[in-house]
This record gives sequence, C-alpha cells and structure tokens, in this order.
Amino acid sequence: MSTQAEKSSASLPGDLLKHGAALDAWFDQRFADKLKEIEENKTPSLSIISTKGTMDWAYPPFILASTAAALGWEVNVFFTFYGLELLKKDLHLEVSALGNPGMPMKMPFGPKWFQGINWNIPNLVMAGVPGFEKVATGLMKKTVKNSGVASIQELRDVCIEAGVNLLACQMTVDLFGYTRDDFIPEIKGWVGAATFLPIARKSDVSLFI
Amino acid sequence: MSNTLQEVDARKLSCPLPILRAKKALDGMDQGQVLRILATDPGSVMDFESFCKQTGNELLSSEQNGGEYVFQIRKK
Repeated sequence: MSTQAEKSSASLPGDLLKHGAALDAWFDQRFADKLKEIEENKTPSLSIISTKGTMDWAYPPFILASTAAALGWEVNVFFTFYGLELLKKDLHLEVSALGNPGMPMKMPFGPKWFQGINWNIPNLVMAGVPGFEKVATGLMKKTVKNSGVASIQELRDVCIEAGVNLLACQMTVDLFGYTRDDFIPEIKGWVGAATFLPIARKSDVSLFI
Repeated sequence: MSNTLQEVDARKLSCPLPILRAKKALDGMDQGQVLRILATDPGSVMDFESFCKQTGNELLSSEQNGGEYVFQIRKK
C-alpha cells in the first residue's frame, strides 16, 4: 500500500507537492477509493469448525456452508470430534431430546390441534425407554420432510458440488479409532489445528458450531 | 443473447433450498437470460435480495401473490 502511495504522489505536479494539506486530502481520498475497490473485488470467505455429530447440529454448518458457496464465497469447514460423523459415507445421524429442553416435542402427523401439542415428556422416560432416540429421530425426519427442509445428505452433496473445502481432523480419526475408508472420498484434507487456524485467520466470517 | 425465461419451482421448500435451486439453475444459463422463481418461504424475499446483491445478478422483480412469491432474476 505504501509503495502504491509513494508512486502516486511522485507523479503529482511539483507545485501541488509543496502544499501539504492538499496532498493529504488527495491521499486520503485516493486511499479511501482504493480500500473500497479492494473490498469490492475481494471474494468473501467463511470458515466453520463443526464439532457436533447429531442430526439437529448437522444443519447449521451445512446450511451456512452451502448458502455461502451459492453466494460465491470461498468456504472451508473443519470437522473435528463428533463433527466427523457428518463426513461418514453412511450418515446415521440421530437426535436426542434428553437433556435438550429447547427441543419441542411435537407430532408431525394427525390433525392440526394434535400437531400443535408440545408433549412434556419427563427426562426419566426419555432416558429409560429403550429406543426413545430412534423414535425421536424418526419424528424429526418426518417433520423435516413435511416442512420442505433439505436432508443433511442433500445439503452435503450441494456443498461438495459447489466446491466447499471439507477438512477432517486427523487427531480425531486416531483418537476414536476410525479409518479413512469410513469417510467420503471428497474430503479435501486430513489436517490439524495448525492447518485450519491460518485459513480461519484470513476468513471474513469464522464460526464455531 | 436470448431472454428465454427459465423457471424454478421452489414452492413448499425451506431455507436455503430456494436459493440453492436458483443458483444451480443460474449456473446453467447464459448471461442476460431471465430466471423466474416461485417460492412460499417468506424468508426468501430478503434472501433473494441479498443473494442478488452479493452475486451481481439483477433482481428484476419480487412480487407476492397470496401466499406465493415470484422473483425474476437476470443472470449477470
């Protein structure tokens, strides 16, 4: 930037150079224009750290990544710990209502008044009834379908197609005893924090999910 | 440069599908062609405005007919 400024002022006529205030004003204007130009020509970038492996938590990273890619942004998503579940070849994502008081328990079928009921199910039941999570997951999938919300698989496919960089945490693979064959081949890299941080540093938007 | 009107039916689809479907259709179109999108997601009104601003495509119109929204976008 300073080289550019020096070059520009060097090309000014001699009498203008003598007038410091005028030169300052000229430089400020030119600098502001240049900054604006750089900002406008820059490709925005998004980097996400995805750390959760349940169906509900799979949505935010994939929705944001696919939408950013559609806007023409450069996108990197670093999947670590349970987030790696989202990169498995076979997605078996479930949702747990236990310990999640923010999750409405509604039925995705039946008459409208019935669907409107928020079932208050005690934690003891949710924890003790075998298969409760399977049922909750099934109901959530049905709700998603009814509402025209994309499946995780669909959003992930869009991300891959749009060139989103999917990065997997190598440490987690070793820690949980996974093999690379468990995961989709479209993963761009098996990396660590030292690779992701410099990417995040340069990103305009950086999120931890 | 033709102005052939292409259409995406994104009715009953939720965020971000209308945007993703529109983007995909635009990718397969020529410069200057117009894409018409039908949607029912109320959030898509603001979203398509923002999408066009970001991508440089021109939002020719954004209308509401009952519970439906119609957008027309000219590809950059």
